[in-house]
Amino acid sequence: MGSTLVEKVFSDRCRTDVRAGEVVMAPIDAAMIHDITGPLAIRTFREMGGERVCDPSRVVMLFDHQVPADSIAAAEIQAFMRGFAREQGIRNYDLREGVCHQVVLEKGHAAPGEIVIGSDSHTCMYGAVGAFATGVGSTDMGFALRFGALYFRVPETIRATVDGAFPARVGPKDLILSIVGDIGADGATYRAVEFGGEAVSGMALSGRMTLCNMAIEMGAKVGIVPPDEQTWAYLKGRRPGITPFELASDPDATFAETRRYDAASLEPQVAVPHNVDHVVPVSKVIGTHVDQVFIGSCTNGRFEDLAEAAEVLGDREFSKDVRVIVIPASREEYLKALRAGLIERFVEAGALVEAPCCGPCMGGAFGLIAPGEVSLSTSNRNFRGRQGSTEGLVYLSSAATAAATAMAGTIADPREV
Amino acid sequence: MTHQLEKESIRTVTLQAFPRVWKFGDDIDTDAIIPGRFLTINDPAELAKHAFEGTRGEFAQSVLPGDVVVGGRNFGMGSSREHAPLALKGAGIRFVVAESFARIFYRNAVNVGLLPLTTRSTADFKDGAEVSVDLAAQTVTIDGRPYPVEPVPAFLQRIADAGGLVEYARTITEVDLCSTGSQ
Ligand code: SF4
Repeated sequence: MGSTLVEKVFSDRCRTDVRAGEVVMAPIDAAMIHDITGPLAIRTFREMGGERVCDPSRVVMLFDHQVPADSIAAAEIQAFMRGFAREQGIRNYDLREGVCHQVVLEKGHAAPGEIVIGSDSHTCMYGAVGAFATGVGSTDMGFALRFGALYFRVPETIRATVDGAFPARVGPKDLILSIVGDIGADGATYRAVEFGGEAVSGMALSGRMTLCNMAIEMGAKVGIVPPDEQTWAYLKGRRPGITPFELASDPDATFAETRRYDAASLEPQVAVPHNVDHVVPVSKVIGTHVDQVFIGSCTNGRFEDLAEAAEVLGDREFSKDVRVIVIPASREEYLKALRAGLIERFVEAGALVEAPCCGPCMGGAFGLIAPGEVSLSTSNRNFRGRQGSTEGLVYLSSAATAAATAMAGTIADPREV
Repeated sequence: MTHQLEKESIRTVTLQAFPRVWKFGDDIDTDAIIPGRFLTINDPAELAKHAFEGTRGEFAQSVLPGDVVVGGRNFGMGSSREHAPLALKGAGIRFVVAESFARIFYRNAVNVGLLPLTTRSTADFKDGAEVSVDLAAQTVTIDGRPYPVEPVPAFLQRIADAGGLVEYARTITEVDLCSTGSQ
């Protein structure tokens, strides 16, 4: 009987044949902590009797949620973490590089076949490069810092095959929103979701990151794309010395479920309040008033997203009745956008462009919404209160739909502006 | 109003002896359990003061130690913030009963010593009902009627028995790398 990609990763790292459902104490190739969940992880590491981190070279630290520190409490947390990084010899990107998940991938901390954890639920995004990556809580992270390993239940896999090519102004975000709508907020709990098919192999890494990022919104442990030429090309220069190898599910592997989707028949999609799996085609919500549009986050804050938004915008302006906040996901993406003239265009059109960070995504820092206000965001969660007031409303969409909406002042179809 | 008063007085008299159910619905997310703006707080008791703030404010005000939180499907979905189970633990909650749990919340709960119990349906578990949990018998009793609950899987039970992952980790000096457990 064949193995799934995820079973192969665990079998390889554990040097023994393991199958879905088994529980293993697996070695950790990389672990990421940030300013929100890091302090608790450090505390539990200490409480477990930890003095030296098991392998500091495998730990990545950075700050992105509340940067530059927006309160004294946040400043204290960051100072505390800096001290820990210095003491332990951990690489700390501090607040220089941007949103954690983007930075981990850009800096080559995740690669095919590796097991990577992060104390953040969207760690599942690193599956975009063929790693098994999953979000853990702070106590699990403390354990991994102490012992360099963590126990996992090897997940079953749902295979999602996407045929066809995307129509104009429709892309990976619309696809993943429709898949989340289809599978549901808990439809993939404890499972891995493996993406494949024509539309996925034709997709740049940026789009694969968007897909894998939102696997958690179906409850999945990881979203994963088998590595191909594009993956290896992305890793070149980011992970010196890495050589391509074959890593894919066997044809006779056992899947928990297989689902097929068609990119060609897809329309722009919008998740409506207050759940990510409440997904409708944009036509159903067209004309809905918005107060704020946020283009950014680990889901859709890359150059490709900003370029798409700029293309929809053209040489026009954003509505004066909308607060438009644009935040590139990382310094690298920011520079690309800057050099391509996108940042200038957004500023001219009336947007606030902020330095790379999570921004309004988590509702912990700036860009919050008031009771009764409506936000449309390219991020990944629209839970009640996620972006400020619990009496506010959050819609989710692609960067193209966000740009069209920011121009109209009401939710708009990016194919029609 | 009389009803309310009665309920209040019953509670004051019997607080520890008769823990109550706090009933929630499906897909309760960790942003609802503890909103993002409180994540600079790490102390469970302080976090507890903001539990369900904005969505069910009376929870933090009137929850009593020993009360049981009950959810429907997919309890604890969303963020990996351990502040969520910690906020409940800080409020004196020891058990959360639901039809299913989101993966990260489930594990975090066990890790911090809050026990997640799964039961087939929580439809009959009314808000404010009297509740007791019998781990040995694997039952939760609501208003005198017992319902079976599933215990946590064997590999997590060791951690649960120790009182959480920190306590468990204190008992070991190294891990048995790549050891496999059973299904
Ligand atoms: S951008 Fe949003 S989803 Fe991504 S890591 Fe930051 S807060 Fe989390």
